[in-house]
Amino acid sequence: MSQEQQVAERTRQAFLTGRTRPLKHRVSQLKALRRFIVEQQKDIAEALQKDLGKTEYGTQLYEMLGLEDEIKVALDHLAEWAAPRPVGKTLLTALDDVYIQPEPLGVVLIIGAWNYPWALTLQPLIGAIAAGNAVVVKPSEVCTHTAKVMEDLLPRYLDKELYPVVTGGASETQELLRQRFDHIFYTGSSAVGKLVMEAAARHLSPVTLELGGKSPCYVDKDCDLAVASRRITWGKFVNCGQTCIAPDYVLCEPGIQDRLLQEMRSCIKEFYTDDPKSFPDYGRIINQRHFQRVTALLEGSMVAIGGDSDESQCYIAPTVLRDVKPEAKVMQEEIFGPVLPILPVSGPDEAIRFINSREKPLVLYIFSSSNKVIKQMIAETSSGGVLANDCLVHYTVSALPFGGVGHSGMGRYHGKCTFDQLSNLRSCLIKTLSMEVVNKMRYPPHTAERLRWARVLLLTRVRLGRLRQLALFALLGVLAAFMYKRFIK
Amino acid sequence: MMVQVFRVLVLPVLLYDCETWTPMGSSVSSMEIEVVDRTRAAYQTGRSRPLQFRLQQLRALRRLLSEHEATISAALKQDLNKSHFNAQLFELIGVETEIALALDKLSEWAAPRPVQKNLLSMLVDAYIQPEPLGVVLIIGAWNYPWALTLKPLVGAIAAGNAAVVKPSEITQHSANLLKELLPQYLDKELYPVVTGGASETQELLRQRFDHIFYTGSSAVGKLVMEAAARHLSPVTLELGGKSPCYVDKDCDLAVASRRITWGKFTNCGQTCIAPDYVLCEPAIQDRLLQEMQRTLQEFYGDDPRTSPDYGRIVSERHFDRLITLMDDCSVALGGQSDRSELYIAPTILRDVDPSCRLMQEEVFGPLLALVTVNGVDDAIRFMNDREKPLAIYVFSSSKKVIKKVLAETSSGGVTVNDVMMHYTLSSLPFGGVGQSGMGRYHGRHTYDQLSHLRACYVTSPALESFNKARYPPLSHGRLRKARCCLQTWLCSCARASILWVALSSILALGLLVALLVILFKDTSK
Repeated sequence: MSQEQQVAERTRQAFLTGRTRPLKHRVSQLKALRRFIVEQQKDIAEALQKDLGKTEYGTQLYEMLGLEDEIKVALDHLAEWAAPRPVGKTLLTALDDVYIQPEPLGVVLIIGAWNYPWALTLQPLIGAIAAGNAVVVKPSEVCTHTAKVMEDLLPRYLDKELYPVVTGGASETQELLRQRFDHIFYTGSSAVGKLVMEAAARHLSPVTLELGGKSPCYVDKDCDLAVASRRITWGKFVNCGQTCIAPDYVLCEPGIQDRLLQEMRSCIKEFYTDDPKSFPDYGRIINQRHFQRVTALLEGSMVAIGGDSDESQCYIAPTVLRDVKPEAKVMQEEIFGPVLPILPVSGPDEAIRFINSREKPLVLYIFSSSNKVIKQMIAETSSGGVLANDCLVHYTVSALPFGGVGHSGMGRYHGKCTFDQLSNLRSCLIKTLSMEVVNKMRYPPHTAERLRWARVLLLTRVRLGRLRQLALFALLGVLAAFMYKRFIK
Repeated sequence: MMVQVFRVLVLPVLLYDCETWTPMGSSVSSMEIEVVDRTRAAYQTGRSRPLQFRLQQLRALRRLLSEHEATISAALKQDLNKSHFNAQLFELIGVETEIALALDKLSEWAAPRPVQKNLLSMLVDAYIQPEPLGVVLIIGAWNYPWALTLKPLVGAIAAGNAAVVKPSEITQHSANLLKELLPQYLDKELYPVVTGGASETQELLRQRFDHIFYTGSSAVGKLVMEAAARHLSPVTLELGGKSPCYVDKDCDLAVASRRITWGKFTNCGQTCIAPDYVLCEPAIQDRLLQEMQRTLQEFYGDDPRTSPDYGRIVSERHFDRLITLMDDCSVALGGQSDRSELYIAPTILRDVDPSCRLMQEEVFGPLLALVTVNGVDDAIRFMNDREKPLAIYVFSSSKKVIKKVLAETSSGGVTVNDVMMHYTLSSLPFGGVGQSGMGRYHGRHTYDQLSHLRACYVTSPALESFNKARYPPLSHGRLRKARCCLQTWLCSCARASILWVALSSILALGLLVALLVILFKDTSK
């Protein structure tokens, strides 16, 4: 038996003891996770500094704040999320108990990503714990220091049998994927996403795939270019462009390209000084392989800003390319680096055509002061999410379900969505053994009369809302009559 | 010149199959590719999106069902010996309900759905916008060929998608009728019907769809999901399994038996949510059998073969499969069969051993196994030793027993003190878990399942000062501000209605104060 098989088996046994189910247990584990984040801040930040050149503040803002928020939301709402959810009834079931009961799925496999290793591995974990599952956590091996910290420290806070951390590379992940899980949550590339889903199919395990793609950013000529440039610059160069929802490329009319470049140049200077290389808030490319990949993408395109790099430090300057052609190398794959191509288009219609001729992205960005343009772009395109006049921040609203569509992914999470995604929403109908006479209409021998009854009982919906409204009006009427009699007469 | 000769005379011979004159290496059955391409092109015209169009198509579908009730019933009679009433009750009313609900609620379902915000997003429009996915593939099943193919189609149309409909080839008359009728009522390019067997289905599954909706067996479900993985197409798999039915000693056995008998032998047991087997204590087994015998007599008369309400097995293959399942068990009731008519009598087997063939696969036929257990704990262990089923049934007058079974088992759905009825409520999301399936549908759930729920966040260039907290250079102060903005919750109203909520709250408060003042003045007089 391989190590991965043993871990999966042990986790399943731990789940079968039933100890993840009581809400108290889930709450205590979530609180422990919160303590972990707070107490191990230093080690976490150090690991991220070594892996991705993130500063302590960067770590807090882009990784930990989100996690703290998710834990808080889960703790505040767990009882509500886990409670039976009543649903509408028909006349036939008017006296029955009809509700959806959320239940744990069982053992969930979470495969994290390397760009935001804490956020993207622990956020699904929060929802999985809240939903009462056991979880095998597989952090990305690409961020080696972070994976080590997670493997060493997480078991000190969480139940180590219910939430084991498994580290390793491609072969360990493949071995894990051969085991049976009740749900697989994967964050990463579309190419590997297909393999994960294929592996999941063998066990009929449902999957959540948070993938990527080229997220377009359309900048309308009718918009506040200064503000737009700031927000795009921020969104693009956070974590050195290694963000699944970073604006991948910009589409704008040729007339505003120069102004855009000018504004971005000054924003880059403001954010990262004249020498981003020596500035602590500017990150690094994760490793040599990605460094080489990203620098190769520059080939054939005109560099307007930046362009310099240093392989020994995996440093690539904040780079903006102008007048990029659709056939350019940089437009053939998700960049995932600090290179922003600008492609000229003749207006929103051509931008829409361009976007629609490619795979549906994880997010679409639109910068415009015109509601008409924003509405048109939203109506005529598709993407996981859409953000008008800003970048990245839709990710922070935990009530907004986050995820892709088509090649950018399937499934949703954040907040209650994670809980629902990692639960079995079981439909429950509780009847009594009385009122058997009502059932006559469904029993053979069938007659036209019985069928007529069946139709009425099945098709009439009991509008509780309407009844409540009527009752309220009646009450108000009585109250008004009482008031009139008592005080006015 | 030689080059020209080569190009004109030699190359075609090398590159083309001389018998059929199709390019070498191309698939001969490319009909499926054409259909899918055509459907996608039709979808891309955008005509499935306007609500008016969707409503019109749904009404057309409703007309199809009401105008062709008789021919549909006739097809079902030939396929499964379903009576006219069975066809109505178990197939068509269900689809009618779904259409009625969709027509009533479509504008509500399709409207933007506001979400709860934090302090930072207070002044923005944050909402979920349902959108069509694109082209959906619906693979229907043979046991309820109309309901299980058309119910997903109703949701697909309502959600604004195009759909390729592939009815099961096993119920041929229904499949052919659907192929003939659907294009007469619905847009034939947006909702084509593709008939055929396993190879046509496989060819379809090689094409790219934006969602695949499959109803059938777990074994084929795996193949569907594997095929879907190649294109990263999300799937809804409505599969099966052995749905257990626990009968507690503390319950009204007469009523329980009636309901179980009804559920089991409807459509000759060929229902994915039929109670597959019964778990009960040995002491009540005899009484259960007695009641069931009485009920069968009442439902189907002395000879079910002559009852118009008793169905037939769908094919010889399934007939043979079922006869084999009976082999190593003790038949308490029924057991008669006639291959020429594909008739198997309502059969109940007693003291069934868990290791016998009948307990190794989903029965999907009129054979009800009674397995004895030592009580509710034993029953729960028995159920949990097996794959999670599509449905679990519990019959008991004891709330404690019911609660226990619900809390300690898992399944797609549960009906307590009856069977199958959770299927009839479109407000309850229907589907399996584990080997019994993934995804949910019925009513609004089909709509959501076949939609893309797109997260939308629309802000303005204003209030840029708020954003300072996130821009480099980062500092402790900026971090504190960011923390505050990201973590405070407000109501989930759209921008316009925040004002309305505020005004009406002030008004209500004012009225309350006025009332209190009047009452106070009155009492102090």
